[in-house]
Amino acid sequence: MTAISTPLPHDLPHDGHGHGDNYLTHGKGLMSWLFTLDHKRIGLMYMTVVLGAFALGGAFAVALRTHLLWPHQDLTAQQAELYNNMFTLHGAVMVFMFIIPAIPAVLGNFILPLQLGAKDVAFPRLNLLSFHIYCIGGLFFVYVLLSGVVHAATGGQVTFPGGFGLDTGWTFYAPYSTSKASGSVTAAVLGAFMLGFSSILTGLNFIATIHSLRPKGMTWFRMPLLLWSLYATSIIQILATPVLAITLLLLVAERTLGIGIFDSSLGGDPVLMQHFFWFYSHPAVYIMILPAMGVISEIITAHSRKHIFGYTFVAMSSVGIAMLSFFVWGHHMFVSGQSPMAGAIFSLLTFLVALPSAVKVFNWLGTLYKGDIHLTTPMLYVLGFLLLFSIGGLTGLPLAAINVDVHLHDTYFVIAHFHYVAMGSMLFAFLGGMYHWWPKMFGKMYNDNAGRVAAVLIFIGFNLTFFPQFIAGTHGMPRRYASYPPEFQIYHVLSTFGAYTMTTGLVIVLLNWVHSLARGKKAPANPWGANTLEWHTSSPPPHDNFKVTPEVGDPYDMSGWVYDQATEGWVLSDEPRAATSHH
Amino acid sequence: MYCMHSLLAEATNATFWLPKGVSSVASDVDWLFYFTYWVTIFFFVLILGLVVVFALKYRHRPGHEPCAPGPSHNNALEVIWTVIPTILVFAMFYWGVRGYMDMTIAPPDAMEIQVTGKMWTWEFTYPNGHTDSELHIPVGMPVRFVLNSEDVIHSFAIPAFRLRKDVVPRRYNKLWVQATEEGTYPVYCDQYCGISHSRMISEVKVEPMSSYRAWLVKASNWETTMTPLEAGEHFYKTKGCMACHSVDGTRIIGPSFKDVFGDTVEMNDGSKVLADENYVHESIREPSAKVVKGFQPVMPPFTKESLPDKDINAIIWYLKSKSSHFKGDMGAGKKLAAPVEKK
Repeated sequence: MTAISTPLPHDLPHDGHGHGDNYLTHGKGLMSWLFTLDHKRIGLMYMTVVLGAFALGGAFAVALRTHLLWPHQDLTAQQAELYNNMFTLHGAVMVFMFIIPAIPAVLGNFILPLQLGAKDVAFPRLNLLSFHIYCIGGLFFVYVLLSGVVHAATGGQVTFPGGFGLDTGWTFYAPYSTSKASGSVTAAVLGAFMLGFSSILTGLNFIATIHSLRPKGMTWFRMPLLLWSLYATSIIQILATPVLAITLLLLVAERTLGIGIFDSSLGGDPVLMQHFFWFYSHPAVYIMILPAMGVISEIITAHSRKHIFGYTFVAMSSVGIAMLSFFVWGHHMFVSGQSPMAGAIFSLLTFLVALPSAVKVFNWLGTLYKGDIHLTTPMLYVLGFLLLFSIGGLTGLPLAAINVDVHLHDTYFVIAHFHYVAMGSMLFAFLGGMYHWWPKMFGKMYNDNAGRVAAVLIFIGFNLTFFPQFIAGTHGMPRRYASYPPEFQIYHVLSTFGAYTMTTGLVIVLLNWVHSLARGKKAPANPWGANTLEWHTSSPPPHDNFKVTPEVGDPYDMSGWVYDQATEGWVLSDEPRAATSHH
Repeated sequence: MYCMHSLLAEATNATFWLPKGVSSVASDVDWLFYFTYWVTIFFFVLILGLVVVFALKYRHRPGHEPCAPGPSHNNALEVIWTVIPTILVFAMFYWGVRGYMDMTIAPPDAMEIQVTGKMWTWEFTYPNGHTDSELHIPVGMPVRFVLNSEDVIHSFAIPAFRLRKDVVPRRYNKLWVQATEEGTYPVYCDQYCGISHSRMISEVKVEPMSSYRAWLVKASNWETTMTPLEAGEHFYKTKGCMACHSVDGTRIIGPSFKDVFGDTVEMNDGSKVLADENYVHESIREPSAKVVKGFQPVMPPFTKESLPDKDINAIIWYLKSKSSHFKGDMGAGKKLAAPVEKK
C-alpha cells in the first residue's frame, strides 16, 4: 500500500478543545443544525432523538418490571390499564423509534460516506427529510403517550377524540385494535406509518450511495463489511416497509371507516392482518440485526488488529439473511389457525435462516484466533455480543420446531429470545459502535475503565433480567400479563433486579459520554490503528470529510500503521514524523 | 426414544425447565425441546470456551509480542461449520413437523367440546348441550376442542398439555388432546385481549370417565342438585363475575357486590337507580345501559346462551345474601326442582 498524507494532528490548530475547522464548528446556530445537509450532523441529531427514545422505552420497561415484582392477584382497573399502556408503548417506542433506526441512522449516516472516502451521501436533502419525517412520526407517539397520561392524571375526566393512550401491544392485532381498543390507535398507527417512510428513504439513500459513490479501487469485495450489512439492510427497508405502510393504512381504514377487511362479520379475516403485519415485521428484525453484525465486524477486526476471517462468507451471509428473511413470517403465526402445510414450510425456512448467522459467529471467532486482542470497551461489547447473540439465536431453534413452538408461543420464552437478539445483541453492537467511533465523531477520548465497568455491569444485569424469563416461559407464564399466578414470582423478582442492575450500567455509560464531551482527552485521527477510510481523516473530520482523497486498499490490512506514543494514536508508517515507539 | 404415535405414552415428569406433561403429545414435545436444549448447550459452551480462551491467550499486554497473525480464511472450515448445523436443523425440522402432525390430526372418535372465548372468560359447551364455565374432560380419551371467539382474538393455552391455539371470531380453530393423568391444570388466555387479559384464567379438570359423566349430569341440572343460593355463588365464581366484582367491599375492576342489592346506586350520569332484580338482569344483559359512577363501561354483555335467565335468577339469590339492604327471607335451604335425570 502506498503512502498517502493523512492530516496529522499537528496540522490542526492545537488547542485543548479541538477547535479548528471541523464539522462541529463549521456553521453555528440551531438552524445550521436543523437544516444541515451534512450527513455527520444528521447522524448526531438522530443520535440525540434515538437515545431519548431509548431512555423513554427503557423507563417504561423499568416501570413494568417494578410492577411485576408482585403477582397482583387483586389487580385493579387502574393498574391494569396503566400496565397495558406501558407494555404497548415500551414495545412501540423501542421497535419503531430505537431499534430499527439506531445503527443505520446514527452510525450509518455518520460513517458510511466516510468509509467510501466520499463527501456525503448520494442525496443529502433526502437524508435531512428522513430525519424530519422521523421527528414528526415521533411526535405522533408523544401525542399518544401524553393523551394517555392526561387522561389518567385527570381521573378519566379528559378524553380525546379517537382515544387516549395505547394498549393494543406494538403488534396492533385486529379486531381488538380496530373495534375494541379505546387507545389513540389511529394516531399511533399514523406515527408508525411516518417512521416507516424515514426508514425507506434512508435505505434508498444508502443503496444509491454505495452503488454510485464507491471510490476508484473499491470494488464490492473491497468494501468494509459495515457497508455490506448496511446495503443488505437497505434492501429490506425498501422492499418490506411499504407493506407495513399499506397494512397500517388498512388498519386506519378499518378502525375509522369500518371497511371490513379484517372484520369477519363483514366477510373479512383478522388473521389476514397478521400475515400483512408480519410480512414486514419479520424482515424488520433483520433490519435491526444486520447493521449490528456489520458493526461487530468492524470492531472485532480493529480491536484485535486482525483481518476479518472469511470476508466473502461474512459479506454473502448478510445478503443471504436479507433474502431468506422475507420467507419466514409465518413462524409468528404457528398457532393462529394457519394451515399445517404453511406451518411446516415456514418452520423449514426459519431453520434455514439461522444458518448464515451461525456462519458469521464462527467467522468472528476465527477473527479472534491469533489476533492481538485489545480488551477495550468496544471489544468487551463485541465479546458480550458473541455470547448473547449465540443464546438468542440458539433459543430460536425450539421456537422454529413447530410442535415445541406450540408450547412456547406467546410465553415469556419468546420475550426472552427476542430480547437476547434485540437488546443483548443489537444494543451491545450499538453501544460498542458508539464507543468505537466516539473519538472520530467528537474528537474526544472517554475513560475506558469506566466504559469497561459499565459494559460488564450491563452484561450481568442483562442476563439476570432475561435468563429467568426463559424458565418462566417453559413453565407457561403468558406474555402481556399484568397479574400472574404466584408460582411465577421468583422469576419476576430475579428479572426485575437484573433490570435495575442493567439500568445502573446504562447510566454509567451516559455519564461516561457526558464526561468525555466535557473533559475528554483529545482524540488522535486513528486511536485503534484500523484501516477503513474513516480513520484516514482527522478526529473529528472536517466539514467535507477529507482534506486529501484517501487511497483505497484492503479495508482490513492494518500493516501500514504504526503506533505513535506522542499522540497515543496510529499513523501511517512512511510519514515524515518519526515514530517514537514501535508496537 | 422418539416415537410418532405416543397415544399410550405416560405423563412426563416436572423438571427444572418444564411442568409435568399430561397429554399424549407431551413426551414428543419435551423430547425435542431437550434435543434443542442440548444442541444449545453444546454450541454455547463451545463458543464461550473459544471466546474466553482467545480473549485471554491472545490478549494484548505490554511486553508481549503478538504472534504472527492467523489465516484470514479457510474454505474447509466454512464447509464444515455450515454442513453440520444444516444437518442438525433438518433433523429438528423433521421431528418438529412429525410431532405437529400428531397434534393436528385428531382421532376420528374424539369427543367434542366447544370452547368459546370472550372478554374475559371461557365457556365450554358439552355434547349434551350444557354450557359451563368449568372444563372437565375424561382421562385417557381423545377430546377435540372446537374454538371460537365472541369478540376479539384470544388464545386457549394449557401448558400441562403442551397445547395452545388462537381463538378467532367467526372462525373455528381446532385442538385435540388425550390427557394421560388425572389432575387439575391451569388454562390461560395467551393473546392480549384487553384490560382483563391476565384475569382470563381457567383450569381443566381431568378425571375418570365415570366422574366426568357424573359431574356433567349434576352441572346440567343445577336445579336438582343445588339450592338457588348455592348455584348463585357457583355462577359468581365460574361465569367470570369474580374476576371483576368482589363480595367483601374491595374495589377491583367493577363495583363490589357487597351491600348492593336493595340499595340506591348512583350512575355516571348522576341518576340514582334502585338495585333490584330488574337492575341486576339489565346489568348482565346490557351492562353499558347503566354504568355506576366512578367505573368504566368495560363489562361485556352475557347472552341467553352463556347465562340463561334461570342462572341469573340464582345469581340474584346470591346477591341478596350478600346485601344488608335485603331484608327478605332467603328460604335458602330448598332446591327448586325434584331430581330429574337429564342426559
